[in-house]
Amino acid sequence: MRITEHPILDFERGPEITIYFEGRALRAYEGETIAAALHAAGIKVLSYSHRLGRPRGFFCAVGNCASCLVEVDGEANVRACITPVRDGMRISRQRGKGDLRVGT
Amino acid sequence: MTSVLEPEVAVVGAGPAGMAAALAAAEGGADVLLIDREHRLGGQLVKQTHKFFGSSDQEAGIRGIHIAERLGERIRQHAAIRIWLGTTVIAYYPDGVLLAEKAGHGLVKAKPRCLVVATGAAERHLAFAGNDLPGVYGAGAVQTLMNVHGVLPGQRALMVGAGNIGLIVSYQLLQAGVQVVEVIEAAEEIGGYAVHAAKIRRAGVPIRTRHSVLKVEGDSCVEQAVVARLDEGWKPIPGTERVLQVDLVCLAVGLTPLTEILWQAGCRMVWVPELGGHVPVRSETLETTVPGVWVAGDAAGVEEASTAMIEGELAGLAAAHRLRPLKEFDERCRQLRQALAELRAGPLAAKVRRGLARLEGGTC
Repeated sequence: MRITEHPILDFERGPEITIYFEGRALRAYEGETIAAALHAAGIKVLSYSHRLGRPRGFFCAVGNCASCLVEVDGEANVRACITPVRDGMRISRQRGKGDLRVGT
Repeated sequence: MTSVLEPEVAVVGAGPAGMAAALAAAEGGADVLLIDREHRLGGQLVKQTHKFFGSSDQEAGIRGIHIAERLGERIRQHAAIRIWLGTTVIAYYPDGVLLAEKAGHGLVKAKPRCLVVATGAAERHLAFAGNDLPGVYGAGAVQTLMNVHGVLPGQRALMVGAGNIGLIVSYQLLQAGVQVVEVIEAAEEIGGYAVHAAKIRRAGVPIRTRHSVLKVEGDSCVEQAVVARLDEGWKPIPGTERVLQVDLVCLAVGLTPLTEILWQAGCRMVWVPELGGHVPVRSETLETTVPGVWVAGDAAGVEEASTAMIEGELAGLAAAHRLRPLKEFDERCRQLRQALAELRAGPLAAKVRRGLARLEGGTC
């Protein structure tokens, strides 16, 4: 959910765009991170742990902890918490360690 | 292969310390490269909606978000400062090359003559069952989500930790419309300022000291938390467990300096718990044991944004002075050290003073 009224802050959101999470179209705003857009849509589980497959969300939201790794347009290990959304971006939950794209 | 940029000064981290360092170095005549992994300047200032304490010289009475805007504006207008945002430094080599990953550009390199490490700190985690469930978030993460992006981190929150960060973020959760069920603190005393504790108590939020979280449960996300009272030996007292219906468990249990680059540079590091963990040995002008490498802000020891800005200025100035001796250097250093001493004079800075004294006395 998004905060609509706040005693101190005015949220100047960028233009509305569409992103896709696990194939589902979601509304997002330019300038926000993937993690923020997903959380606003009620999506907290971003990946699954390597060995036990336990659900993972973000923890630090500043790019430190690697708890929020997602796959974006086929690229694995993208930190959802510091990567801005882009119109048409396709995001999916990461399972395991992901594959390196060789030769790019 | 990518070309190597050769700035006179590189500053890693564009929070309060790094921004102040970049400005001081640039104003001291150096050409500067300022690097940050985020896509905006400001570091953690961009989510600090509370007003700062201290004297007016250190931006007291001004909200952190506005300090970030002011500094950011000055940096962007300074012709001698180049900014790399969305850029994560991943290595520092013995030949002085910084390797970084820059969004949209792949790997980039810079070989500065002077380096200021202002990488800040990471939030600590806490050991309890279910601590990996989504909904267990760092207090700073919660601030980012609600104060920067305007997204609610949850509906009902348990705050773990009653230091200043725990208290301030609890108040900010209330401002955002989140119900803070309670604030728990393992220590006997509330660690933060009384004025912050009073604000959330007035809003009806209980602060329970000598309490900790035992476990968090839920299918795929946090649905409830179990808390209990602690005895004198920090052990949970059987029979005092209570189940709290919450979807957010916010951890405000301290920070630890982010020092990977300093380790890689070969700086002598010492363990100072009062400063949050391993910190570099440094001179009065914050130069580490590796000549040409300075440290400033939380990376030098966890404190506050106000001290971080002065440390940044001191380090940036010292780097500029190394390149081209500045006439008023000694006097300005003296003033900045005096300002640091004043900010560290209060009772809540006792721990920091103790840590710095041990570091300077070489008794770590």
